[in-house]
Amino acid sequence: MTYGEKNTAITGIGQSEVSRGSDKSALELTVDAALGAIRDAGLTRADIDGIATWPGADNNTSGFSPVGVAQIQDALRLKLNWYGAGGEVPGQYGAVFNAIGAISAGLARNVLIYRTMYEATARKTSFANSLVKGGERQAGIFLWYAPYYNYAAALQQSLMFNLYVHKSGIRPEQVGQIAVNQRRNASLNPAAVYRTPITIEDYLNSRMIATPLRLFDCDVPIDGSTAIIVSRMDVARDGPNVPIRIEAIGSSMQYRNSWVQLDALDTQAQPKVAEMMWSRTDLKPKDVDIAQLYDGFSFHTINWLENFGFCERYGAKDFIEGGTRIALEGELPINTGGGALSAGRLHAYGAVHEACTQLWGRGGDRQVKKPLNVCATSTAGGPLAGAMLLVKD
Amino acid sequence: MASTASGTAPPPRSLPVVDKDSQTFWTAGEQGELKIYRCQDCAYYIHPPVRFCPQCESRRVEPEAVSGKGHVVSFSINHQQWVPGLPVPYVLALVGIAEQDDVRLVTNIMNCPPEEVSFGMPVKVYFEQVEDLWVPLFEPDSEGAPRP
Repeated sequence: MTYGEKNTAITGIGQSEVSRGSDKSALELTVDAALGAIRDAGLTRADIDGIATWPGADNNTSGFSPVGVAQIQDALRLKLNWYGAGGEVPGQYGAVFNAIGAISAGLARNVLIYRTMYEATARKTSFANSLVKGGERQAGIFLWYAPYYNYAAALQQSLMFNLYVHKSGIRPEQVGQIAVNQRRNASLNPAAVYRTPITIEDYLNSRMIATPLRLFDCDVPIDGSTAIIVSRMDVARDGPNVPIRIEAIGSSMQYRNSWVQLDALDTQAQPKVAEMMWSRTDLKPKDVDIAQLYDGFSFHTINWLENFGFCERYGAKDFIEGGTRIALEGELPINTGGGALSAGRLHAYGAVHEACTQLWGRGGDRQVKKPLNVCATSTAGGPLAGAMLLVKD
Repeated sequence: MASTASGTAPPPRSLPVVDKDSQTFWTAGEQGELKIYRCQDCAYYIHPPVRFCPQCESRRVEPEAVSGKGHVVSFSINHQQWVPGLPVPYVLALVGIAEQDDVRLVTNIMNCPPEEVSFGMPVKVYFEQVEDLWVPLFEPDSEGAPRP
């Protein structure tokens, strides 16, 4: 059995400015990221023959996904053999998995993958990404939540996080190590939006949003765009960067795909996604040098530490105690650029960008000092989960 | 939901789109009943409602009244005032029905101080009419036993 992802690699990365309110349009930010990634891969616009994104244009003013495939393809006048976008995939990395499929099917050689968010600007005029839409009846994946004052992911996801707290016994001062460590990393990252270090006391004093989530457990809405180029391996090896191979992916949906009936409430849908990823590689959790774990909320990161197998079930509280293991100097540095909590809500693509930044040794003041070859990265959110193992060629 | 200290009314409850399968769930409260789809061949409860039994593949599925009793599977106490006039704190919860563990309902836990809501707490249904729908809500069930 040959796994398609092993014939693909990330060859270039790009990122726009990331801010709490941009002077540029969402489309221009996307152009900045895309051109950066194409150039970084040693390619030109003419070399891009595929586009993938998650979830694609949402055609509203929420800022959640303002730029679809059509806009960026036309802006860059790209000539494509394949393109695709959609949200009903294993989280944000579904776009990467689709690109792997397209490359494996011979449909593309160099796929531009991007994620653009414009929530900072959108929120200046309204509660832009409210799960409740005024004046209309609610449809879609949160329909069963409609009458119950479920305004935001922070509240709805807390139903999962609070059960995790109940079962694991994790304490707030342990949870807070995620936010504190990531702010420290962000202080060394010039592109991060929040760079002033915080203490555990700051974390404990930050206001409660919905138990158990405090403000500093929540990621930061931004305006920004990230792009990566995923190339077929033979093409990748012609480029200027050492290819970052996609060693294995986890894309499964073995649970009930529901934000209510999910049959893995406290772990979210991660365990079997991780199991699939590890089944496609000879590498083991102990081989992982760094991890860029989804952190829309800090509990996602805590869940992934266990579900990737870096510690045992309900053992994350001990693993992150004191914060030393997960620090830049620790045995498993995580979210080394500050993550979504402090560098901004680039929605998993910030994590891929940081993974490549570290593996290519471009981390500057935040560069992890030990030799780096293997990074685990992930997405999360209730029934949605995706995982990748990235390896320097 | 309790009124605010200033006496202003809380925001109205948002309502779901209703279809031919979910109609019964959102309207049976008019008769004071909580109705869940049930397989007429193997007795399995199916929620969200669809006329297919994933246990035995029967298409003979009909809504049946359940006891209205259940327990708190998980909950969160919301403190953030997401919109003006929203009275906080309040409790968003998932409740498992007494008849079958894998039927969960989203709800608010009402008529109970938020700090007294607990995992496994026994609760019972009641209904609040909003426009043409009857929204199931849950409150403490003093006769029930907590789930471990």
